[in-house]
Amino acid sequence: MKKKTVLRRKSDGYLRLGLAITGILTALILVGCFWTPYDPNALSSGAPFTPPCLSHLFGTDHFGRDIFSRVLKGGGTTLLVAVSTVAIGGIAGTLIGALTGYFGGIVDEGLMRLNDAMTAFPSILLALVLISLLGYGKSNLILALGLVFIPSFARVSRGAFASCRDKNYIQSARLMGASPGRILLVHILPNTAPVLLPAVTIGFNNAVLAEASMSYLSIGVQPPDASLGYMLSESQGYLASAPWYALCTGGFIVLLILGVGLIGEGLQRRQRESGSRR
Amino acid sequence: MKQALKKLGAFLLTMVIVSFVTFLAFQLIPGDPVTHMLGTSYTPERADALREQLGLKGPLLVRYWDWLRGFVTGAMGTSYSYNLPVSQLVGEKVGNTLALNALTFVLIVALSLPIGLFTVRRHGGAADRCLTVVNQVIMAVPPFFTGILFTWLFSVVLSWLPGKFIEFSEDPVGYWQCLFFPALALALPRIAMTVRMLRSTLLEELHRDYVRTAISRGNDSRAALYRHALKNALPPVVTFLAQTMAEIVASSIVVEQVFSIPGLGRLLLASINSSDWPVVQAIVVLLALWVMLAGTVADLINQRIDPRLRLGGAK
Repeated sequence: MKKKTVLRRKSDGYLRLGLAITGILTALILVGCFWTPYDPNALSSGAPFTPPCLSHLFGTDHFGRDIFSRVLKGGGTTLLVAVSTVAIGGIAGTLIGALTGYFGGIVDEGLMRLNDAMTAFPSILLALVLISLLGYGKSNLILALGLVFIPSFARVSRGAFASCRDKNYIQSARLMGASPGRILLVHILPNTAPVLLPAVTIGFNNAVLAEASMSYLSIGVQPPDASLGYMLSESQGYLASAPWYALCTGGFIVLLILGVGLIGEGLQRRQRESGSRR
Repeated sequence: MKQALKKLGAFLLTMVIVSFVTFLAFQLIPGDPVTHMLGTSYTPERADALREQLGLKGPLLVRYWDWLRGFVTGAMGTSYSYNLPVSQLVGEKVGNTLALNALTFVLIVALSLPIGLFTVRRHGGAADRCLTVVNQVIMAVPPFFTGILFTWLFSVVLSWLPGKFIEFSEDPVGYWQCLFFPALALALPRIAMTVRMLRSTLLEELHRDYVRTAISRGNDSRAALYRHALKNALPPVVTFLAQTMAEIVASSIVVEQVFSIPGLGRLLLASINSSDWPVVQAIVVLLALWVMLAGTVADLINQRIDPRLRLGGAK
């Protein structure tokens, strides 16, 4: 019965809207991986500085490149970076958090102090330092951002795992002879989802923001890889002659962040609601 | 007082760890700056002399100690690419970044507290629901895009903004005007987050028993909110504001670029691009220091607000 009511609650407006926005954008980006209205790098697929019209939805830039096609390609890069970053940070962070939260002890103490020291650095600053050590480019950016995001995931999942450790159902599982690995994966992990999923949405948004910022500073994704951040920095030179360049590119980033943010907000609201009903 | 000293100790310890990790990271970078600096005039003797001068000789811990001592006394080493003392390069820019961050912080506090209290007093009304939606949207706009929107709107369309940055020494009023829009761009998403945070903690506090007691003793809902609930809702908000400092510092690196403000962020980027590690190292440690100082101050403020925190964090 639970499946049917998954999206039927009154408070799920946020979740529904967020899923809709994210779904549409993801579909567009996925289509953009295989097909775009124009070749994103073709010069003069239209006259330079054509304002948005039916044949060029977002207009064209100073080289006459179709901005819509470029936004789709750039969105693909952003999405790839964000998803891989969250995957690296999320998996490594959850693993560390699970082990330290469940077993505790001196390793736990040590890692948490290290965590505290890491969070003293603003995340973009830390990523900047890592990038300057690793070198520029897409894969290094993913690696740097992924590493930077580990501590926050570790902190969240550590709390969740530690709070489950002494619950009755875990103790009974232990009495029945389940191995620690099985307890962590099968018994605790599913129950941490309400805490971890919002953390994933927040992490995703931070990753999108960080990728866009760093590419804007031209130390992230390097051309010829299309990137929304790099396009924004390019568009700033043409604010007077082609304001739609900045507006459409930035608007796409805003929608991407807004959609996932709404999903996170919806999940948290639902969590609060079921908490107060109990 | 004892608690404050403990906090100071923890602060210094973390600072030492942070600075050591940063120092270590930049020691591991491959490549020899000396070869790069000398270029065609390279001879082994000259390279040796330059290494001595730059403090690149000796064991790691000794070099760290020298660097740390220099950092504390204001001698932060020599820039590879400008051949100037790092302290001079950083000193020229640090004022602009601090002013921008401080103005941002003032804007956040000055705007989010009244708006947050307003939404709580109108809880459930049309204004509250509108603001909640607006909040969600504002949170999704990255500060550097807000910055681009501001430059477009105010300098291209309305031409209110001066085309170039005005130094404080030239025109103090113009200086703050120049910083206002960057600061607002930085502050907006943070204001939205603070309002949301303040709203939810206040609403939670308002359902507590002591608020009901306060009202039954004859306080009106206003007094219960301001005198009783607010005091209990503030500590998490103060902690959040301190964490905000870290985000302001990070985003200001990008926003300085958007508005061409000659601050630490631009110097940092230029130095990363030219592999000028002493400058990068100094800026990173300075910014981390600034962020952690904010966190420590927040803890101390919280102890003033909430006496329970003074007793060693026992809840």
